[in-house]
Amino acid sequence: MEVDGQMVYAQIPDFAFIGQDSNLVTNATFAGKAYVADFFFTSCPTICPIMTKNMLKIYERFRDSTNLLLLSHTIDPKRDTVGRLHQYAHNLGVDSGKWFFVTGNKDSLYEIADDYFNVVIEDPTLPAGFDHSGRFVLVDPQKHIRAYCQGTDSVAVKKFMEDIETLLDEI
Amino acid sequence: MRFNLILFLFFLSFILANCESQPHRQGEILYQNFCANCHMDDGSGLAGNIPPLAQSDYVRQNQGQLACIIRYGMEGAIVVNGKTYQNPMAGIPQLSEFEIANIVNYINQAWENDYGYLQLKAVREALEKCKQ
Ligand code: HEC
Repeated sequence: MEVDGQMVYAQIPDFAFIGQDSNLVTNATFAGKAYVADFFFTSCPTICPIMTKNMLKIYERFRDSTNLLLLSHTIDPKRDTVGRLHQYAHNLGVDSGKWFFVTGNKDSLYEIADDYFNVVIEDPTLPAGFDHSGRFVLVDPQKHIRAYCQGTDSVAVKKFMEDIETLLDEI
Repeated sequence: MRFNLILFLFFLSFILANCESQPHRQGEILYQNFCANCHMDDGSGLAGNIPPLAQSDYVRQNQGQLACIIRYGMEGAIVVNGKTYQNPMAGIPQLSEFEIANIVNYINQAWENDYGYLQLKAVREALEKCKQ
C-alpha cells in the first residue's frame, strides 16, 4: 500500500502462543529478527506435508543465519496439542530455538492468520475439516510483511528464498 | 511400398518406445492425485513424519500388504529403513482393485525401486483377506 508516496507495509500485531517445548512464544521472541510464518496442522492430508517439506528447505538453507527464525501455527489447536507439536518437530529433527511450532487460542490463531494474509476456514464438509491458503510470509524486524509465496510451489519458494536473502542483507 | 514399410516401422518403434517409457501411466496419475501430497512426487515422504516409498525396505518386504494399506490405511508404529514412524494413514476406499494394482506397480518401478510386478489376481486375493 502507498501513502503520501511512501510504501507502507502491513504490520503484524502483538501475539502470544505456546511453542512445542511448552514455552511462551510472543512477538518479543522475534525481536530484532526476520521470520517466516505459515499455518498448517499435523494431520493435514492435503497441502501441509508439501508446505512443511518446503519450510524444511528454507530451514536448511538458513540454518546458520541467526537473524532468521521460522514460525508455524497450527490451525487445529484441538488435536495439535503441545505434545503433538513437540513430536512433529522432533520427528523433523529441527532445532526448537529456530523453528517454532505454536498452538493457542483458536480465535487468536485464526485472527492472526488473516494478518499474515492467510485465509483459514473451518469447513466440516472437507475430509480434514479445514480450508486454508498455505502461504509463506516473510516478516521483517519491524513486523512488516515483506514478501510472501505459495508454500506448495517449489519454484515460488526458491524465489522467496532470494527475498529472504535480500532482507537478511539489510539487517 | 518400401517407403511405406519404413514409415510403418518408424511409427511402430515410436509407439513401442512410448509404451516402454510410460509403462505405468494410470498408476502415476493416481499416485499424484492420491498419495503425492504426503509421500511426495519423488517418493521421499516427509522427514520423520511420513515414511518414504522410494527405496523403502518396507515396500519391498510387504508386497502382500500394499493393497490393504491403500484401501484401509494403517496406524501404529512401523519401521522403514531403520526409522520409526507413527502417524496414522487414512485408507482411500474409493480406489478400485484395478487402480490399486496400477498404483502398486507404479511404486514398484518408480524412483529406481525394482520391486517386481504385482498381478491383479494377487491384489484381489490380498483385499479379500483384509476385508473389513
Ligand atoms: C495423509 C497422508 C498420506 C496419504 C495421502 C497417503 N499416505 Fe501412505 N502413509 C502415510 C503415513 C503417515 C504412513 C505411516 C503409517 C504408520 O506409521 O503406521 C504411511 C505409510 C504408507 C506405507 C507403508 C510404509 C512405507 O512407506 O513403506 C505405504 C506402502 C503407503 N503409505 C502407501 C501409500 C499410497 C500408495 C498412497 C496413495 C494411494 C498413500 N500411501 C497415501 C501418509 C499418507
